Amino acid sequence: MKIIVCVKQVPATNEVKMDPVTNTIIREGVESILNPFDTYAIEEAIRIKEKQGAQITALSMGIPSVVTLLQEAVSLGVDDAILLSDRAFAGADTMATAYTLQLGVESIGDYDLILCGKMATDGDTAQVGPMLAEVLGIPQITDVGEILEIGTDFILCRRMTDDGYETVKSKLPAVITVTKEINIPRLPSIAGMKRGKAAKVPVMTSKDFQLEAERIGLSGSPTQVVRTFIPSHDIASEVLTGSPTEQAEALIEKLREQKLLNW
Amino acid sequence: MSSIKVIDEKCIGCKKCVSACPFAAIQIENKKAVILDNCTLCGSCVESCRFNAIELTVDEVAHEDISTYHGVWVFAETFDGQLRNVGLELLGQAQQLAADLHTKVTAVLIGHPVKHLAQELIAYGADDVFVADDTSLKDFNDQSYTDIMASLVEKQKPEIILLGATMYGRSFAPRVAARLRTGLTADCTGLSIDLETKLLEQTRPAFGGNLMATIICPYYRPQMATVRPGVFATLPQDETRTGQIHELPVKKNPVDVETIARVLHEEQGVSIADAEVIVAAGRGINSPKNVQLVKELAELMGAAVGASRAVVDLGWLPYSQQIGQTGKTVGPKLYIAVGVSGAIQHLAGMSSAQTIVAINSDSDAPIFKVAHYALVGDCSELLPELIAQLKAVQ
Repeated sequence: MKIIVCVKQVPATNEVKMDPVTNTIIREGVESILNPFDTYAIEEAIRIKEKQGAQITALSMGIPSVVTLLQEAVSLGVDDAILLSDRAFAGADTMATAYTLQLGVESIGDYDLILCGKMATDGDTAQVGPMLAEVLGIPQITDVGEILEIGTDFILCRRMTDDGYETVKSKLPAVITVTKEINIPRLPSIAGMKRGKAAKVPVMTSKDFQLEAERIGLSGSPTQVVRTFIPSHDIASEVLTGSPTEQAEALIEKLREQKLLNW
Repeated sequence: MSSIKVIDEKCIGCKKCVSACPFAAIQIENKKAVILDNCTLCGSCVESCRFNAIELTVDEVAHEDISTYHGVWVFAETFDGQLRNVGLELLGQAQQLAADLHTKVTAVLIGHPVKHLAQELIAYGADDVFVADDTSLKDFNDQSYTDIMASLVEKQKPEIILLGATMYGRSFAPRVAARLRTGLTADCTGLSIDLETKLLEQTRPAFGGNLMATIICPYYRPQMATVRPGVFATLPQDETRTGQIHELPVKKNPVDVETIARVLHEEQGVSIADAEVIVAAGRGINSPKNVQLVKELAELMGAAVGASRAVVDLGWLPYSQQIGQTGKTVGPKLYIAVGVSGAIQHLAGMSSAQTIVAINSDSDAPIFKVAHYALVGDCSELLPELIAQLKAVQ
C-alpha cells in the first residue's frame, strides 16, 4: 500500500507578544517545528507500514529549510519525502495550498491513502485536508481517533463528532485527518536519525508542474487577510471573596441576576 | 507571480518593517532591509514603511463576474431530526448582514427527517428555505451533502454562505468551497459587512487565539465562512414570519463513505457543542474524586462537562470533552472553569463564552484574566457549597 503524509512547518510556539510601545508583534527566536498534529499522521503511517507493509512519502509545501523537517520524518520511518517550494507558492491560503498539494500528490502518482493532521497549530483552519480530498476527487474522513481496519479497497475508522463517535467506512484512496487521540508518536532511533540526515529530499518548484498559475500563491488565493490584531482580554472581572459559603452565595446571586440559572 | 522587493535606494535601514512583520521574515543586512524566504506576502511591512521602500506586486487574475450573486445563505445543520443551535444563531446574524446588503436570508436544510423543521427556520429569520429530505441523507455525509449544496449554489448564486464551525461543518464546508473554487474562512468569531465595498469581513482567531485576523474574499463568490457556535445571539422565535419553502429533488448518487455505527456520549450528559452551560474541570481539581463534584454540579445546572487537556491526559475525562485548541471550541452562555489554569490553548477554545466563572486556588492563574467572576479557593470546599446551595434554591 502507498501512503502519502502531508506535513507543515509551524512556529514552535503560538504565543504572540505585543510590544506595548510600538504596538507591533514581537517574534523573537521563532523556532520551527513539525506541526504537532502531523506527527500523529506520520506515526500512524509508520504503524500501518509495520503492520501490513507500506511505502510512505511525506509531502510538504514550504520554504527551503523545511527539507530538514522532512528529513526528520524520514528518521522516524518515512521512506521518502518531497518538498514543494517556490516563491510563487508563497502567501497561499487553504485553497491555493490544497491545489499545490494536489500537484505534489499527482506527481507521486499511485497512492492508496493520504494522512494529514487534523489541522495546523498556526492557522487552526482544519481546511486543507478536506479541500485536498475534494480537488483530488476522493473521499475523506476527518477527526479520526482510530483506524480500525484497512482492506484492499476500504478503510474503517472511528471519528470524533460533536455528539460522540462514529464508525465510518470509506473507499480507498481517501484522505484521513487524525486527532492526537490516535497514537503516541515515537522518537527517532539513532539509526533513523542517520538515515534522515542522509536522505535526499527533492525540491519541486512551480516550473516542475504544468499548473494553472492563477490558482497558486498569494494571487491564487480567494481569501485575503486585511488586518491582524492581538485580542484584548480586557474583562471587568469581579472577585467574589469570603468563606466558601459566602463565595457560593455571591456567585449564585450573580448568576441569578444575569438570568443564567434556570430557576 | 506575485512578488515583494525592497527598493534599496529608498530604504534607510530604519527597522520599522522588521517589527511590523508578523512572521519574522525581514532582516537588516548592511543597513538595508532584506526579505527572507518565509515571507507570506502579507503586506504588513509595506504599510509600515514611511519611505515607500517596499513594493508588493500582486498579479492581476481575471475573475468571474461576481455581480450576479445575491443573498445570504445559512446551512441549517441538524442532528437526529433536530436543528442545531448554531444554525439559528447564524440566521440571526444573516438577517443583520442581509439588511446591510438589502437582500434576503435563505436557509438550506439537508438530512432526514428534516422537512418539518423548515417552518422553524422561517420563524428564526429565514425568508426562503431549501429542503433536501431523503432517507439516503439520514447520516451526515460529506459527499452527498456537498453534491446538493454545490449544485444548488451554482444555480442560485448566493453571495454569502455561513455554516456552523461544528465537527460536521468544518469537514463539509471545505469540500463545498473547493468544489465551487471559492474562499472559505474557518471558525469565525466576528462577521460584518464593509458598507463601502459591500464585502463580508470575517474575523477569526489564529495562532491558538493569540492573534485575530480579519479576512475578505473580494473576487470569488460565494464568500464562505464557518462560524463558531455560541458567538451570535438567536433572534426571538416569531411564528408570524412568513417565507417560502422549496423542496429539492434528491438524486441518490452512490457514495464512497458510509456511517456504520454511532456511539453517543450519553454518559457525559449534554453534548458540549450545543450546551448553554459548561462546567469544565482542570488539573487544579487535584483529584479524580473531584471530577464527581464537577459532574454533579453540571447535572444540577443542566450543563455539559468539559475538560482541560491536562485532565484528559490524566485520563480523568475522555478526549471528547476536551476544550481548547487541540480539542473542541465552545461558546456557551455560561462557562464555569473549575481548577482550569487557563493556558492560552484552553482559552482559544472557550474565550467566546458570554459569561466566564473561574474557580481556582491559584490567584495568579491566567484564567482569572478572562473571568467575569473570580473565586479564589479550594474547589473541594467550594463545589460542595455551590451544589448544596443550588439544591436548596431549586
